Amino acid sequence: MNNNRTAWTMLLPAIGMVTLFIVVPFLMSVYFSFTDQRLLVNPNVPTEFIGGRNYLRLFEDGAFQNAFFRTATFAILVVPLQSAMGLAAAMLINSKLPMRNAFRTIYFLPTVISMVVVAVIWSSLYQTEGFFNSAVGALSFGTVPPIDWLNNEYLAMPSLVLLSCWQGFPFQMIIYLAGLQGINKETYEAAQCEGATRWQEFVHVTMPGLRNTHILVGMTTTIFAMKLFTQVQLLTQGGPRDVTDTMVRLIYMTGFKRGEVGKGAAASVIFFILVLVISYIQRKLVKEDRAIS
Amino acid sequence: MNTPRESLLLKIIAITVAVFVLAPLFLMFATAFKGDEQQILRDFGNANAFWVSPWNMSLENFRDVLSNETFPILKYMRNSAIIVVCIVVIGIFVNSLAAFALARMKFTGRNWLVLFIITLIIVPSESVAIPLLLMMTKVGWVDTLRAQIVPFIAHPFSIFLFYQFFSVIPKDLDEAAYVDGASRWRIYWSVIMPLSLPTVATVAILQSLEYWNAYLWPTMVARSSEVRPVSLALAQFFGTPPPVWGDVMAFSVLMSLPILVIYLAFQRFFIQSAIGSGIKG
Repeated sequence: MNNNRTAWTMLLPAIGMVTLFIVVPFLMSVYFSFTDQRLLVNPNVPTEFIGGRNYLRLFEDGAFQNAFFRTATFAILVVPLQSAMGLAAAMLINSKLPMRNAFRTIYFLPTVISMVVVAVIWSSLYQTEGFFNSAVGALSFGTVPPIDWLNNEYLAMPSLVLLSCWQGFPFQMIIYLAGLQGINKETYEAAQCEGATRWQEFVHVTMPGLRNTHILVGMTTTIFAMKLFTQVQLLTQGGPRDVTDTMVRLIYMTGFKRGEVGKGAAASVIFFILVLVISYIQRKLVKEDRAIS
Repeated sequence: MNTPRESLLLKIIAITVAVFVLAPLFLMFATAFKGDEQQILRDFGNANAFWVSPWNMSLENFRDVLSNETFPILKYMRNSAIIVVCIVVIGIFVNSLAAFALARMKFTGRNWLVLFIITLIIVPSESVAIPLLLMMTKVGWVDTLRAQIVPFIAHPFSIFLFYQFFSVIPKDLDEAAYVDGASRWRIYWSVIMPLSLPTVATVAILQSLEYWNAYLWPTMVARSSEVRPVSLALAQFFGTPPPVWGDVMAFSVLMSLPILVIYLAFQRFFIQSAIGSGIKG
């Protein structure tokens, strides 16, 4: 019974590939971030070790601060909105609504649509002569002139937030639905016996019962939000005036488009650390909660 | 214990949300079936954008898109299909086999490896994309389908999902088979895998959605039309001015149909996989 050998044979393909395609590139990222490596290597100019200069340069021109600030803005807008939509939808299909399953099927649809398709559809809604402008026009009796949503410094980000929520909320809905079904039904009955209103029930039974789900949803949505790229690249290319430039787009533009692998790698490393910090906070919060209860 | 007023309110909210969810999808389908581009532009400004009367439906946009030689959509869909099928099918074996060893066998270094896999889940693919691209350039894989398949076969999160499921299957099953003389390989294939089909479906769906819709990585490694996946092709088709909305929407419909059909057929597993990916954090 040679367990060791069989086990390692079974593990070899997976471990080999994750090492080659995740661990090694990650270590390369860290290494490159301290060199002036370029995508197209010029044989006459050898790659040199330049210490922390890539990191300094990232901060010097303010591009990284901007990308971080814009990504954070997106996250701050998208996380509460999308989570609230998810919770509301979950409560709807967890209630005594007729045809609950049909509604669930419909509500889940946006998530299976590709973000590229979603960006295409919504860009037609955001046209200067598109539906949103005629709706705004009609509601304001023609007093508000047509808006160029995606090219407006103040509205570009909220416009991206709205379409991202539309595409993403079913995910939060499903997680909240699982959370709601985990709350003890007797707690609700007890609340009703004591004459609690619906609102009191929501505040004192539903919300505390979802504590761990809130942490889970909040943190995973934040990490998703930090990876914002596709819709930006398709609809605004980081504009207008860089208000929709994001961290992943910065990595893409620096490391790939401009071929500055060293600087792009430095941005990747900082991006990774930020994701790591969020994951760590989540684990801490969940553990603390388990320790209390 | 809903009062009639409450249940009416519930219905109104539920329908409002449904309209919000469905309207953009109706817009996509309706526009794809409108033959007259001028009509499409006029309709965008009002509620007609979301509707096409069955008597005016035209297949012209679909004919345009399917016969467009600069953007051969069927080829792109075939590329995506090859990529997704290879990743999912090979990935299921590679990842479940690793998970089997981790969950159901005792060997030196096991706990350390479980921790290793769980740690790797956190690494966002975006943060390793640039060095991975350099690697692909070194081995001459840029502009191949391989570059879009091989790096994504082994998937820490899929290993973790299998590992979790395998860990709760009663150990007596393997023991009985083992006493009967079955090898570990045989136990994996004939005892554990047949019990794990729901997890296989969950993993397959998560992976399929991710790679059918992939965008960032293909923009970096799939520069020639030969190996372009459909999502990237749509992005480029859409980005080629001026946009012909009817054609762009027909393209979008064609690209979304396979996933929509699979979703409606296997809905339960999609919901399951959403719950599965929720534990990722």
